[in-house]
Amino acid sequence: MSPIDENHLHADPGIDGHHPHASAASVPTPPLQRDAARTIFQKGAPGRRAFVCPELDVPHVDVGELLPERFRRKQPPRLPEVSEPEIVRHYVGISKRNYDLDSGFYPLGSCTMKHNPRLHERVAALPGHARLHPLQDAERAQGALELMWSLQGALAEISGLPHVSLQPSAGSHGELAGVLVTRAYHEDRGESRHKVLTPDTAHGTNPATVTMAGFEVVKLATNADGGVDIDDLRAKADTDVACLMLTNPNTLGLFDPNIAEIAEIVHGVGATLYYDGANLNAVMGLSRPGDMGFDIVHFNLHKSFTQPHGGGGPGSGPIAVSERVAPYLPVPVVARREDGAYELDFGSGHPEGHRRVGSKSIGRLRGFHGNYGCFVRSYAYIRSLGGDGLRDVSETAVLNANYLLARLRQHGVVEHLPLAYGELCMHEFVLSGGPMKKELKIKTLDLAKRLLDFGFHPPTVYFPLLVDEALMVEPTETETKETLDAFADAVAAILREAAEDPEIALGAPYSTPVRRLDEVTAAKSPVIREVLA
Amino acid sequence: MLAAIGVGSLQEIFERQIPEPVRLGRPLDLPDGLPEQDVYEHLRALAARNTSAEDELSFLGAGMYDHYVPALIDMLMERSELLTPYTPYQPEISQGGLQVMFEYQTAISELTALPVSNASVYEGPSAVAAAGYLAKLHNDGRRLVVSAGMHPHTIETLRTYAHGFGMDVVEVPLRDGVTDPDAWADAIDADTSAAIFAQPNFYGAVEDAAALSAAAKASAQSGEGGRVPVVIAQVDPIALGILAPPGECGVDVAVGEGQSLGNRLDFGGPSFGMFAAREEYLRRMPGRIAGETVDVDGRRGFVLTLQTREQHIRREKATSNICTSQALNALAGVVYLTWLGRRGIVELGELLLARTHYAREALAGLDGVEKLHEQPVIRELALRLDADVAAVKRRCAEQGVNPGVDVHALSGREEDCGVLLVAITERRTRADIDRLVEVLGAAVAAEHQAAVAVYPMAGHR
Repeated sequence: MSPIDENHLHADPGIDGHHPHASAASVPTPPLQRDAARTIFQKGAPGRRAFVCPELDVPHVDVGELLPERFRRKQPPRLPEVSEPEIVRHYVGISKRNYDLDSGFYPLGSCTMKHNPRLHERVAALPGHARLHPLQDAERAQGALELMWSLQGALAEISGLPHVSLQPSAGSHGELAGVLVTRAYHEDRGESRHKVLTPDTAHGTNPATVTMAGFEVVKLATNADGGVDIDDLRAKADTDVACLMLTNPNTLGLFDPNIAEIAEIVHGVGATLYYDGANLNAVMGLSRPGDMGFDIVHFNLHKSFTQPHGGGGPGSGPIAVSERVAPYLPVPVVARREDGAYELDFGSGHPEGHRRVGSKSIGRLRGFHGNYGCFVRSYAYIRSLGGDGLRDVSETAVLNANYLLARLRQHGVVEHLPLAYGELCMHEFVLSGGPMKKELKIKTLDLAKRLLDFGFHPPTVYFPLLVDEALMVEPTETETKETLDAFADAVAAILREAAEDPEIALGAPYSTPVRRLDEVTAAKSPVIREVLA
Repeated sequence: MLAAIGVGSLQEIFERQIPEPVRLGRPLDLPDGLPEQDVYEHLRALAARNTSAEDELSFLGAGMYDHYVPALIDMLMERSELLTPYTPYQPEISQGGLQVMFEYQTAISELTALPVSNASVYEGPSAVAAAGYLAKLHNDGRRLVVSAGMHPHTIETLRTYAHGFGMDVVEVPLRDGVTDPDAWADAIDADTSAAIFAQPNFYGAVEDAAALSAAAKASAQSGEGGRVPVVIAQVDPIALGILAPPGECGVDVAVGEGQSLGNRLDFGGPSFGMFAAREEYLRRMPGRIAGETVDVDGRRGFVLTLQTREQHIRREKATSNICTSQALNALAGVVYLTWLGRRGIVELGELLLARTHYAREALAGLDGVEKLHEQPVIRELALRLDADVAAVKRRCAEQGVNPGVDVHALSGREEDCGVLLVAITERRTRADIDRLVEVLGAAVAAEHQAAVAVYPMAGHR
């Protein structure tokens, strides 16, 4: 049973007053399984098994002759000994202890938890895609290469940046590619710049990437409107700056109105402008990073283009770049020859293995060609929607966010959870729980935990860092007005409840497989694997 | 909805926020949208233009392998509860995913005999690069010494990353198919941050992992006040049922490509990267780690732990920039290991060993074909052909056989000319191997004939 049952969304999630434990009668939905967590390593019995090994059809040779004793494993690894029914029941059982997008609203800011069309799983599983080896000869992988070439083209059009590499494995991997491209660009010009600017609203991956790429992070302040502080930018933009990494709309959900001026300042000192594509869902078909003056953009195919998130990946993080930095793009990219055939290009037209001759590419960031399975899904999405459909996606995402924001600015909520910056928003918005904490004595964390009892995944909490008690809400375009209303009602109900008795929220959640967990002890004395007999 | 927002039209929302000069005043130049069934047919038609492992007898490997993926993995990975959540930021409603991570970490620790494992990184080669970054954080050395027996993609990925870290990559050549022990010891100096090798190596050879680890530590200690390098092994997890685990060979950090464990080929991704280490590296590990704890009622539960390593908390001081990794692929990995089980992983390893040995002997018996080296092999073998590999592959393809990877085309190394890398998974039976022997033998002979016809002296080499 899922905890999310539409019939119960408006029901009182019933906590009997001051008693921290919900009584059975007052819990409206059957709780997620509450049996003790037992891992697969604690199940089964010696000798039990699922796998039947294919027969040894070649002449028997003593293992010792083929693999000398000193190279051999002495004891088999203590993997579980279980039958197939046990495996299925175990993983189906624990899957029910997860909340998931298919079960309910998931307004996790910056994560773009939109519906994943099931067609994508079907086409990705076709053996021609799923059982295609990455080192198959190009002439016998033309369908895959055409798909990648078409996706490169679509991403170029969507971003307004003409050159695309699909290689990076996720958004942060794309960031690393982009910053290394910047490094290569400056080095090629004989410059050794050592600073990268990131606003204080930036995703944590931005500064982490900057350090990994060997640059120093310089923070930029945010102005009173929630955009880049232009004076601070002017003061810090000098010829030591390699790049400015920006998200637009930014993590406050605001489109920076000064973007043209920002680009001018950055380009004026010879630096590159990097676009963190995590928030691309706000602007597809409406405004393009390339037209804003960006040189490099990474996409999060798992956000904007619906690769299911799998509980933490896989993702895919292609990058698109301007002419200026195109020679440094990671390899391979797919090229179309004059005869219409597709091939992998490893830089300056060289085949793999000869790439370094005359190529300025930063090289590879991983094995093979990128997360092709994600390309299939994203390509299917783009072909399903077309250009107009993608614009509809962004328009609806922004409409939904503004509608939900309006609902949360009604009396009873807005006093406690005011909008941190701006009036309207793009695809997401950030509320501050500061007044709520002060007046109602519950923190953003408590509100989030109480939302679990109402059957919702909470928004992103405590990010961006510059907003006190931040609550970052991204509803996405695939939610209905009814769902948005139900969520707004739940927030209002929790605030009313807290006004009467903050203890309820402070003790929440009550209806989940486990309740609040001791994270401090987990970090202090880490237990990160099962103790095996 | 517009009335609630207080705007007259949808356009007003955008006009008030996006400055006119950066608004795209035209439709995107993309093909029109299509109904679901048309998209399906289009993607099916593209798939039909690929020759997959379903369509030919394939011996391709070199980093990704056509192992059998049990049906229960497909079934579990399609479950909404596992397919569609985000990273488990709210542990109270993410116990399923967190427990999978915990079980995965347990399985990888057990397989590698190393006490700590993270919950996965992207894939194999970038896992090696991530381990290189761990070494830099650990001892701040400037050199990464790598065996030339690593996959060419791994070495190139490491070079890409190392340039950013400000480190040099130094390659150690092979001798008799394995890392040259003398050159290895010579290359490791006081400035060496990490010593890195693959087990088995790219050419299929089983390395003497214990000797390489010991030599790396010894070389450093014999230096003048030098740092001790972190010993990093890229291991093939499918072989670890029979091969001495890295933790028992003096390895500090074991990484590897997880695709062999229950993940499909997918033209190269997504798969997952393993990352396991000795205890002392725990707080420098990249990526997510699930830890056990209890809730307020004392019930056992799991959380993401040691998050002060991570980018969302530590920002520029993080041990890695990784955020989204490969949770679903790692799930397939742990389910696969569970399905194989304690005995199965040994039986499978022994089967691969026997069949690969059989294939190597049979293939090396062909005219114009010889073993590249005499070292033990487990699931992959390298041959040197006395013929052009690309031409031989074309001839084999006409017979519906893909005999393996043309190594020179992949590595660009002069010494790899004529080298064919042949992978033998459990899906390739003795009959399949016999067919390969027949087809490859004929192809090499035919190429020889063709070469003799054009260059008469070639036949007398």
